[in-house]
Amino acid sequence: MRLRLEPRREASRAMLYGTPVLAVALTVLAGILIFSLMGYDGLAAIYQIFVAPIADPYRWQDLFVKAAPLITIALGLAIGFRANVWNIGAEGQYIVGALAGTGVALATWDMQGYWILPAMVAAGILGGLLWAAIPAFLKTRFNVNEILTSLMLTYVAVQLLYYLMRGPWRDPEGYGFPQTRLFSEWQTLPTVVQGTLVHLGVPVAFFLAIAVWIVLSRTVTGFQVRVVGLAPQAARYGGFSARGTVWLTLLTSGAFAGLAGIFEAAGPFQQMTPQFSVNYGFTAIIVAFLGRLHPLGIVLAGMVLAVSYVGGENAQTALGLPYAATGMFQAMMLFFLLAVDILVRYRLRVVVPADLSRPVEARHPPARQAETGAHVSSTPIDKQRESLSA
Amino acid sequence: MATEGKPPRLALEGITKRFPGVLANDDVSFSVAPGEIHALLGENGAGKSTLVKIIYGVLQADEGRVLWDGEPVSIANPKAARRLGIGMVFQHFSLFEAMTVLENIALGLDHSFSWRELQQRVGDILKTYDLPLDPNREVHTLSVGERQRIEIVRSLLQSPKLLIMDEPTSVLTPQEVDRLFETLRRLAAEGCSILYISHKLNEIQALCDTATILRGGQVVATCDPREESARSMAEMMIGASLRDVSRKPGTDFGPERLRVTHLSAPGEGPFGVPLKDINLSVRAGEVVGIAGVAGNGQNELLAALVGEIEGAESGNIFLDGVPSIAAHVGDRRRDGMCSVPEERNGHGAVPACSLTDNAVLTARHRMELASHGFIRYGAAEKYAEQVISAFDVKATGPRAPAASLSGGNLQKFIMGREILQKPDVLIVSQPTWGVDAGAAAAIHQALVDLAAAGSAILLISQDLDELLALCDRIAVINGGVLSDMLDVEGISIERVGLLMGGMHGEDAAGNGGDRGEPRHDPLEEQVHAA
Repeated sequence: MRLRLEPRREASRAMLYGTPVLAVALTVLAGILIFSLMGYDGLAAIYQIFVAPIADPYRWQDLFVKAAPLITIALGLAIGFRANVWNIGAEGQYIVGALAGTGVALATWDMQGYWILPAMVAAGILGGLLWAAIPAFLKTRFNVNEILTSLMLTYVAVQLLYYLMRGPWRDPEGYGFPQTRLFSEWQTLPTVVQGTLVHLGVPVAFFLAIAVWIVLSRTVTGFQVRVVGLAPQAARYGGFSARGTVWLTLLTSGAFAGLAGIFEAAGPFQQMTPQFSVNYGFTAIIVAFLGRLHPLGIVLAGMVLAVSYVGGENAQTALGLPYAATGMFQAMMLFFLLAVDILVRYRLRVVVPADLSRPVEARHPPARQAETGAHVSSTPIDKQRESLSA
Repeated sequence: MATEGKPPRLALEGITKRFPGVLANDDVSFSVAPGEIHALLGENGAGKSTLVKIIYGVLQADEGRVLWDGEPVSIANPKAARRLGIGMVFQHFSLFEAMTVLENIALGLDHSFSWRELQQRVGDILKTYDLPLDPNREVHTLSVGERQRIEIVRSLLQSPKLLIMDEPTSVLTPQEVDRLFETLRRLAAEGCSILYISHKLNEIQALCDTATILRGGQVVATCDPREESARSMAEMMIGASLRDVSRKPGTDFGPERLRVTHLSAPGEGPFGVPLKDINLSVRAGEVVGIAGVAGNGQNELLAALVGEIEGAESGNIFLDGVPSIAAHVGDRRRDGMCSVPEERNGHGAVPACSLTDNAVLTARHRMELASHGFIRYGAAEKYAEQVISAFDVKATGPRAPAASLSGGNLQKFIMGREILQKPDVLIVSQPTWGVDAGAAAAIHQALVDLAAAGSAILLISQDLDELLALCDRIAVINGGVLSDMLDVEGISIERVGLLMGGMHGEDAAGNGGDRGEPRHDPLEEQVHAA
């Protein structure tokens, strides 16, 4: 007896929605196993990471505050991913967005007025957008792979952050600590629920999710993004420029990341510090895929990942788990998701070899794929995107 | 010819093969005698390919037996098939463009020969069968006919007793077809059986001793093709009487709707063919054909005319007199130019998207399926429904994904989507490629009707019969150069065939260089003569 993967005639819709849940479940199981092997109480660790943040209403505000930037960034990334534009450098755009907004804040720190915060937000969006414009230019002009350029620009952004914190932007009254002065009341993001940490960025993230949903499903632009990703040649034939799509998607995802960055700086941080980079830009990639590149899925996935962040902190204090445990958890989630994604297109069959005299090749007709007319996609991600728009 | 008393070379008995939801072969039985050229005839989806894959060991039959020289055999894989003496030349070749003929042959062999021995044997085969092919040339410089010969030589090296040819002439010039037939006849005379798969009836009549006709996975008739008319065989194949495309010969055309002057464009991809100084014009009510062997710039021509090249083309295109070279794809469409590319999946349609989405893809400009940036899905669905019903597309509805349609039905949908937009100019490439006869007739009729309604149609096709049936004038594209226009009335097939040869055929470099095909760069002539 052995297991065999058989191509499905049609992508399974049940699996399309089921696999993210399955991936989370597998992550939990693997987590229990790994933490137990490491000598911790595996079940308690999982409880701290996945259950405690939800069970404790006092932590809910933390969930929303963590989820907001993840959702905002992931929404932008999902637009690009759908069009096969792979912006891996949202972390850099997030940082540069925050720095641009901080620049405005530092220039206006002794001023007053309701215009200051909007100016910071505008600068934040512009900063992220411009940082993403570099890979877009290189891609459209010289056909440089945007995965590499956007990723490497993240490290440039991190170094820029360190430089500004230690040098020009250091708080003159901060006893030499490498961080900026605290933002003034005109420069901080208002909270929307009295007495909590829930700031304006939270409702904005949810609003953006709905907006992106409408754009992707109802507008010609959303259609363009989808078609360019699914069939570039058909997109050209339909009058959609491939180059235009690269610009559009990279600038949008950069702007979203920049917005998330300045919200984070003007909200929870209220200043700029070298610890600003907490890999939200990378985690957002997981959020985008866990959410099936669908805006509403992304909201859910953003909450799940927020739970893992908050829970990771819980586990650190309660059980002494290392900080890296959170990252490991998130990475496992993406791994398992990509792995179980194969079930969307394939079904698992148990085969009992009936006729041992037949050579093995006979059961693997190589022309099978051509016959069913399934066209070959290079990655599970492609397949997922195809099944999405089916 | 069947030899009395001897068992047939190959006999199939009650072969049945099921795929999920489809009965591809249903109790198929026939036999091929030694030295017989046996045609396997059927529409797309009739089960020919499945049957051949079973014979060649790619697939296994669910039921039935295969007899080889009278003995039941189980053919587990293609290697086993080749050991028995079954060779196959596929419709699509698997060759490495950047390697030489000999290297390609060496790569595809089961036994390894020494290089010298291989050279010797390939040389012998080329000589014995009088096959014009230079073993040391790189494949990307070869014509399709020459590429096919590589596959034939590869099969002949195994000294086959049965050679399967899958749609071998679909990409050949008439001269290349004649040469292929000579080779096949000679092989048959030496006792090699040939299973010849095709839907081209006149070729089967010219070549084959027996024809087995498949329809819906079953054998519907076995006949002597020379005693049947092409029409009677076609009707057996389709299972219905054939509809004639009615076309009244028109000589008074309207004003010029499409004019192309000095159009040049770069080739697509490393082995693309650049367009050189294309000039043509199509008047209202006229159908102009572009003949040519695949890969001579047809794709580039369509892309340049439609505007898909994004500004890399030079020269000019006039739509109803308005210069449009600078206009984008969408603008050209709005101005009245619609098109159907050769490739349905991923070019003419997005397989994973619904038919409604695929209607939006190209009809949003002219049919107002979008306003203020928002797609009007209600209107789009209605338009998709309209196309489905007007062109008799078999689909579960406008929400069916394009990938769920058969090739012929998807092609009808694409054609319908463009035609119902009432284009001033319609550019179509290979409209009936891989489409069953019924759908092909419907598509042809739709083109004729569109022209009668005053549109100008440019038809790019490799199928000469199709061009001769539909067009008023024909030009031949060859190596990215377009020949002069020829009136279809009184046209000589011989001449069209020679024009089709040329650069990518051996005729230009060798024997037929001075017989009226377009001129080439002297440099190229040298390269190919070398």
